[in-house]
Amino acid sequence: MTSLSDYSWRRNREGLGVWDHRGQVAVAGFGHSEIDRRWDGESMDRTVGAFSIQACQLAMDDAGVTPDQIDGVICCDSHIAGPSGGTAGRWAPRPYFDPPYDSEWGLTLVNGEWLVEQMGLTNVEFCPSGVPAIGEMLGLASQAIADGRCTTCLVIYPTGNLAGRYRRGGENAEDYAKGNRQWTVPWGNHGGNDFINAFPHQQYCHRYGGTHDDMAPFVVNQNRNGLLTPWGFNATHDIPQLTVEDYVSSRYILKPLRLWDCDRPVNASGAYLFTTAERARDMKQPPVYILNHNQHSAGTRSTQAVLDEIEAETDRLARMMFEGSGLSADEVDIFNPYDGYSTMTQFWLEAFQWHGVKRGDAFAFYADDIRVEGPHPFSSSGGNLGTGRLRTAMWTDSIEQLRGSAGPRQVTVRAETAIAGFGPPLGGGWIAFGKYPN
Amino acid sequence: MPKVIPVPDELSKPFWDAVNERRLVIQNCTSCDLLQYPPRETCGKCRSAENLEWKEVSGKGYVSSAIVIEDGRLDRRRPDQPYNLALVHLDEDPGINFYSNLPGTPVDEVPVGAAVEIVFEEVAPGQFIHEWRVVSE
Ligand SMILES: [Zn+2]
Repeated sequence: MTSLSDYSWRRNREGLGVWDHRGQVAVAGFGHSEIDRRWDGESMDRTVGAFSIQACQLAMDDAGVTPDQIDGVICCDSHIAGPSGGTAGRWAPRPYFDPPYDSEWGLTLVNGEWLVEQMGLTNVEFCPSGVPAIGEMLGLASQAIADGRCTTCLVIYPTGNLAGRYRRGGENAEDYAKGNRQWTVPWGNHGGNDFINAFPHQQYCHRYGGTHDDMAPFVVNQNRNGLLTPWGFNATHDIPQLTVEDYVSSRYILKPLRLWDCDRPVNASGAYLFTTAERARDMKQPPVYILNHNQHSAGTRSTQAVLDEIEAETDRLARMMFEGSGLSADEVDIFNPYDGYSTMTQFWLEAFQWHGVKRGDAFAFYADDIRVEGPHPFSSSGGNLGTGRLRTAMWTDSIEQLRGSAGPRQVTVRAETAIAGFGPPLGGGWIAFGKYPN
Repeated sequence: MPKVIPVPDELSKPFWDAVNERRLVIQNCTSCDLLQYPPRETCGKCRSAENLEWKEVSGKGYVSSAIVIEDGRLDRRRPDQPYNLALVHLDEDPGINFYSNLPGTPVDEVPVGAAVEIVFEEVAPGQFIHEWRVVSE
């Protein structure tokens, strides 16, 4: 295993110019496992490990690649929702099972090394440890192919969920607040992205006008797009279409943040097959080319990120993505920003000025026609709000729209370029995709 | 209303010692003339630890925004739900902000923009935290 102590692959500042490997890397396949709301703690064929193997197989099948061709495996450390706090994945000690489930590996933890062993991938040469979350991971994969560290690479994102209420328990059950928590927890903020975004969102409403209920058309449309995504949680679990009435009457979590502003944690895994543009052209699907990748992160000056900081950093990200991809705002056909809390999305929409949306315009845009079949098919993926807390929908939909295989979600406007991302607004990773390499 | 109790560490001990004496002190880089809260090992601007000192500030500020915690994650605070969580900015430097439950302000009736002043609340024997109260007109 290569340890990722070298971060030179990151493209995280302005002035780097167009990515010098633009169009030389492609996504040739993807796969989504089955989805459960939670792992039941017993079913060995439904662990996040088993689901990751399933997703890898589907991604290889989609591309028409056999296991012996795989020479790279990049797997993010699992993201477990579960009941406890910051160390949610470490719920052990617990009784284990027969191999390969005789330790935490495969049950709630998955990494590249475990997958290589379980799947019998004998030709893997690049399998780093310490892989970052999906936004950055896809950039890492793009750069690894571009730099020749591997040629045919499985890129996996496992997301788990265990019994118990989200983020209850662990350090959130303690009476004392240590480290960074001493500055937030005594007043009731455990430090999640819900809190991080709730304040800038309130400042947004105050500055530009509008109320939280103006989010309704967006959240309802995410839910609709999710129901048009056959592999997603909502579509596979007969979740009824959310209505505006359902949304505005749903209970508050952190008022004004409502239940349906939050994604639904699930147990599942997704995988992508990254390869060189040249190899992709001989594989089963039409290649979707990587035009650029960027990573970004910004600190907050004080306790809580404020709207000005979020607007400045998302503006910087958008400038980097336009610079690196060579695209301008009006050349981005498909736009899939992250929606893990609905209140994050407006900051990116306005930063990228997608369909001309400027600062303060998001609510009016949401009230317009943002359906996939309409003129402004915003977030055609349905995101996490529509498919579950998988963090894969944004990328998969971008790929499908550019392939022209999004089925009932296929947009009716041009679909030749896409931008997708993941992260709370002050950090994350983004990819620009192209139907054509140039 | 038991709150979660902060545990001072080497870096934060002077801050909490001051709070326990009912004073608000903020890290200040004398080289950059820049306040910094929460405290850090080095100045966020010049990256040096050399010129960091503790500076007593007025304890006056204003509220920019607020939410209501209806279904929080912290076991110890669940009996208090729903409760206000406001963001308070320091008058001397609005870039410095603090959380506050705004004791004395009814739930979901936080006056955005209102002036506040510091109060100190004992959360464990001898351990205080800094809180804020809306200044009546
Ligand atoms: Zn300084």
